[in-house]
Amino acid sequence: MARIFVPADAAARAVGADKVASEIQAQAAKRSLRVDIIRTGSRGLFWLEPMIEVETAAGRIAYGPVRPEDVSSLFDAGLLIAAAHPLRLGRPEELSYLKRQTRLTFARCGIVDPLSLEDYRTHGGYRGLQRALSLGPAGIVEEVTKSGLRGRGGAGFPTGIKWKTVADTPAERKYIVCNADEGDSGTFADRMLLEGDPFVLIEGMTIAGIAVGATKGFIYIRSEYPDAIRVTTQAIAIAREAGYLGSKLAGSSHAFDLEVRMGAGAYVCGEETALLESLEGKRGTVRAKPPLPAHKGLFAMPTVINNLISLASVPVILSEGAANYADLGMGRSRGTMPIQIAGNVRHGGLFEAAFGLTLGEIVMDIGGGAASGRHVRAVQAGGPLGAYFPPSLFDTPYDYEAFAARDGLLGHGGLVVFDDSVDMARMARFALEFCAIESCGKCTPCRIGSTRGTEVMDRVMAGHDREANLALLEDLCQTLKFGSLCALGGFTPYPVMSALKHFPEDFGRAPNRDVHAHAAAE
Amino acid sequence: MLPILHALQDEFGYVPQAALPMIAEALNVSRAEVHGVVSFYHDFRDKPAGRHVLKLCRAEACQSMHGEAMAEKLLRDIGLEWGGTTGDGRLTVEATYCLGLCASAPAAMLDGQPIGRLNQEALLDLAHDARHQQEGRR
Repeated sequence: MARIFVPADAAARAVGADKVASEIQAQAAKRSLRVDIIRTGSRGLFWLEPMIEVETAAGRIAYGPVRPEDVSSLFDAGLLIAAAHPLRLGRPEELSYLKRQTRLTFARCGIVDPLSLEDYRTHGGYRGLQRALSLGPAGIVEEVTKSGLRGRGGAGFPTGIKWKTVADTPAERKYIVCNADEGDSGTFADRMLLEGDPFVLIEGMTIAGIAVGATKGFIYIRSEYPDAIRVTTQAIAIAREAGYLGSKLAGSSHAFDLEVRMGAGAYVCGEETALLESLEGKRGTVRAKPPLPAHKGLFAMPTVINNLISLASVPVILSEGAANYADLGMGRSRGTMPIQIAGNVRHGGLFEAAFGLTLGEIVMDIGGGAASGRHVRAVQAGGPLGAYFPPSLFDTPYDYEAFAARDGLLGHGGLVVFDDSVDMARMARFALEFCAIESCGKCTPCRIGSTRGTEVMDRVMAGHDREANLALLEDLCQTLKFGSLCALGGFTPYPVMSALKHFPEDFGRAPNRDVHAHAAAE
Repeated sequence: MLPILHALQDEFGYVPQAALPMIAEALNVSRAEVHGVVSFYHDFRDKPAGRHVLKLCRAEACQSMHGEAMAEKLLRDIGLEWGGTTGDGRLTVEATYCLGLCASAPAAMLDGQPIGRLNQEALLDLAHDARHQQEGRR
């Protein structure tokens, strides 16, 4: 029976993948052909979605983007023998967008049935756990430390050091918490992995549990991701049934179990201490640090709280070895990062690569420039708290330190591309407004400063006493940056000040000369 | 407390005031604390929504594809503010900040189903259908 793979990723469903799947079923039935439709995650080439694949002796052959009304002509052309058709893309692995990637964390995403443990194991799954069990707790922590893995949520803290702190803190209970409250605009890596390969997260969290002596884990997923919540909940039940969770997991003496918890639409709960408060059933307000969550986290117990991508990168680090991972990257940024290219961009999607590509290569070369066909004017890197980069900074290498040196941040790996129709004063105002909407209210700079900042921007945009108001804005941003309790208030100045610095003409100031030089060079 | 509040909203479409003292008693917390939690999170409603709920993303990636102008036109056409419900009780339009469909912007979610690559016409059609289509099942 011919096997056809159709993504069930929310972004594929959002552009008609379900209708394509049912049309394939209907057309096959009409022609008395037997097909087995397997719903997978997405390969992450979103401009080609829905991208379907048919299995042949020579590997899979992809077609896309397929609309429901294309299915009949695909069958007429000979879809099941992977025959020629205007939508035929060839082997997906040979598409340059995928060929140029180094897929470690996302090795299986878009390929396997996300709820098939057999698929998972066939494609290298649970080899990391096997090696982890042979290394033992201290050995695991050492391996993760040697890999150079740093927090993929944005802070970039070394994962191994965090784990060692929890491992060295004696307590009757410890927890592993996965931060899957992926609220940054321009990011979707967590969602893709939860929908496309949830077992890799389960395996990573299990390894973390063994490493630090925790027996219980929580996956905190935002409510905007209903598909991810459903798939992950099912995957946990399947893993438990197969003995990969629970007591004496995988035949070892270790116990570990997992639970999914759903957020409720609060961006600030992506901040680790607010997330812990939320998990405890409270308002998602930020906690003052110290104590660190590693000492006193969930229910005041030592807690490893990591971003989903950090935890999901652990299995491949263990199975292939720390050196294999640490060999990739540049400077202190080791391994790979799933870069998410989004917004007004021709080839938007997930691009997992070693650190070190330049921003320009990612946006112009890989992403293909603006979807609108106009000039790219700005790229916001790292979500709503990240800086706006003009094309004159496109030589910045994708690396934690290089971005920081240019007053920016990688965040969770999102890049949102804007064409030259964007009004950067409006974007600066939006950053402040978003902070006002999402502020938890605990600290004054963030709670009050964001609202006052929005008002100041209104006056700037209306042309009232511009220079005085811009001076006030800069002063306010300093207060937010240094006076806020967490990154929400502390980083809101990044988009605001970068917009003002690089695009002063949108704020009624004289344009930067280097911007003109660059525009002339294009 | 969050799983309880989600379960209530799933059942009733909102979190009824009458439930708050019961939650307080069951969890051994004060009613003020329950109110504090319910009112903190954007998801929880204190009154029922329309039969269909359309969530439109207002975050940066969707703004870069002009989602904001499309949303404003829709709201103008059907005479709603953000968060409002049409007079016939059939459609509520809510703002959301990112659905994780940022490479398929502008994006929306209608009754939990994701929708990407919207344009003005498709968005107006979507709202029109939600208001006028006969219900398949009741």
